[in-house]
Amino acid sequence: MNNQRRTVLKSGSGAALLGMLAAAGIITPGIALADWNKAAFDAKSMADTLKALGAGQPADSKDVQVTGPDIAENGAVVPVGVASSLPNVSMVAILIEKNPNALAASFVLPEGTEANVQTRVKMGQTSNIYALVKSGDKFFMATKEIKVTLGGCGG
Amino acid sequence: MGNPMKIRAANKDGVTEVKVLVSHEMETGQRKDSAGAIVPAWFITELVAKHGDKTVLNCEFGPSVSKNPYLAFKFKGGAKGEKVIVSWKDNKGDSRTDEAAIG
Repeated sequence: MNNQRRTVLKSGSGAALLGMLAAAGIITPGIALADWNKAAFDAKSMADTLKALGAGQPADSKDVQVTGPDIAENGAVVPVGVASSLPNVSMVAILIEKNPNALAASFVLPEGTEANVQTRVKMGQTSNIYALVKSGDKFFMATKEIKVTLGGCGG
Repeated sequence: MGNPMKIRAANKDGVTEVKVLVSHEMETGQRKDSAGAIVPAWFITELVAKHGDKTVLNCEFGPSVSKNPYLAFKFKGGAKGEKVIVSWKDNKGDSRTDEAAIG
């Protein structure tokens, strides 16, 4: 992987820059989706993902809840929910530490939408699931370990 | 275009709960077929839910969201008969929009 290209993609969140790169043929328009945070979804480790999301070092918070089974029999379909009682929650993200790419999904919540989302994710193996919540300008996190008896990524 | 989404929206005490079941393969790009060739990634990248003209949820998905993604969320407001519109877009440029009335 070309390191310089990585850096450019990370720093170039502006649409203008992406357009420029597309015009230069560095990235094809088909791949460069306007809003999708490629850097965050491509990041492999937890730390890189948090960095790409601009979260830095989120503080653990009791006001963030991750819900899910303690043991998931089928890693292909693991129900996960995130809820928070923090005020002004504008973003929620679900991260799975041991998946090939940590970030599973991120949600932008406009005003009026409650900090309470549920979805289903795939898990390759037993892992900690992190719920990242942005409240005001600060990031908070909560974690839960889910044991997987049958992996969901191939196999 | 993909198959239609199943959308349920119900208002209770001024809060509308929306449940969406999308029909999509959500291929991770990590799996191999029987010949050993990697099955290319094919997954929903963005999903937007609107209540009338107002966006109520904006999601970005990675390939590790399950096949046929399920999503549930709540927003304040909404009345019986008003529309909730959900659209998604995948990494191949395909997209689909469906709507449902709040019940």
